[in-house]
Amino acid sequence: MRIYNAKPIFIGLVIFFGFATFPFWYNGGRAAPPPEPKLDTPVIQKLEKKECVASKDYMRKSHMDLLNKWRTEAVRLANRYYVSAAGNTYPASLQRGCMKCHSNKTEFCDQCHNYIGLTPYCWDCHIPPKQVTQTEQVAKKGE
Amino acid sequence: MDKDRRQFLKITGACAVGLSALPLVRAVASERGPAYINIPEALQGKRWAMVVDVKKCQEYQKKNGECSKCIEACHYIHNVPTKIENEEEIKWIWKDSFEHAFPGTAHEFVPEELKEGPFILLCNHCSNPPCVQVCPTQATFQRADGIVMMDHHRCIGCRYCMAGCPFGARSFNWRDPRPYIEKLNYDYPTRRRGVVEKCTFCAERLGEGLEPACVEACPAKALIFGDLEDPVSEVRRILKEKFTLRRKYELGTYPNVYYIIEV
Repeated sequence: MRIYNAKPIFIGLVIFFGFATFPFWYNGGRAAPPPEPKLDTPVIQKLEKKECVASKDYMRKSHMDLLNKWRTEAVRLANRYYVSAAGNTYPASLQRGCMKCHSNKTEFCDQCHNYIGLTPYCWDCHIPPKQVTQTEQVAKKGE
Repeated sequence: MDKDRRQFLKITGACAVGLSALPLVRAVASERGPAYINIPEALQGKRWAMVVDVKKCQEYQKKNGECSKCIEACHYIHNVPTKIENEEEIKWIWKDSFEHAFPGTAHEFVPEELKEGPFILLCNHCSNPPCVQVCPTQATFQRADGIVMMDHHRCIGCRYCMAGCPFGARSFNWRDPRPYIEKLNYDYPTRRRGVVEKCTFCAERLGEGLEPACVEACPAKALIFGDLEDPVSEVRRILKEKFTLRRKYELGTYPNVYYIIEV
């Protein structure tokens, strides 16, 4: 068997596989660090009973479903408060609810969203709480 | 499987008892568990309306100089990008002249004091809102209490509602509004590029038991908010006592913002 134009074809194949496998050898087998959402905001630390609006397991898997329900209830059905299974009442609001405790968007929300390459468009409209960025913290310490 | 009459009646009776217990079981089961509620302080109404006392507004401004407190309060609370000052302007509540507010009523001999107003204009929260009818995604809808509300999550920016609204109460976000907001209110969202926005009669404040921001901010008490279906409400009392106009009533949208016109 004879391959016509073998030389350029093989060079082309090597270049192609080089590009196709780029992500694998570029990362060199290193695993990306797993996300570590932080819960140590001042508001959470002050809470006597550290509990969220639903169980940790449910929130981890289905917080987006809950937020969708909150939106429908608050905006469309005018029910602006949520009573949790534990019997506590919370404002059904991302900005006035969730983010009052989880005021650290970059260390909480962004941790997992960035890890899986997700950019939820919540933040196109909803404003995350003011947060001192790390560079600002470093700059303050240096002063 | 032989069943005689006696056995059949027994089973039927047992089933009836079982079914009658169902509501009881449901009540016990759903006592605790996630639920969506309104807090007791929330203002409840059947048909929200506003009365604008133009004379009070004018007199206050004659004494104390120009006043835009209602507009400032509204635009700050709702993160309205006020730094856009051309044809792309975004406004929820604004001032205009008699001629523009009541084009069918104005004529060249209108009293001088009325001509310039200013008339405070905002979404009329019509009882028969054309914007709701034309919205293809139901992003604009009418709540049970009459408020014509927007769900920006659903808005696709087609601007049919802007064509439908005869009052110019709607504004389109031609660009990202964030850089054009004077001071951010962190308790309320902004909008994004490509959605329409307008006054919501402060639906979020009613839910907290507060009156709309413009009503609260007005130093002349020239804006009065209330429920038209409530026969003892202040708006009903005023409408009974004074002569009021509605904008472009002839179009049949049944606006719920009334203007007291006195000279």
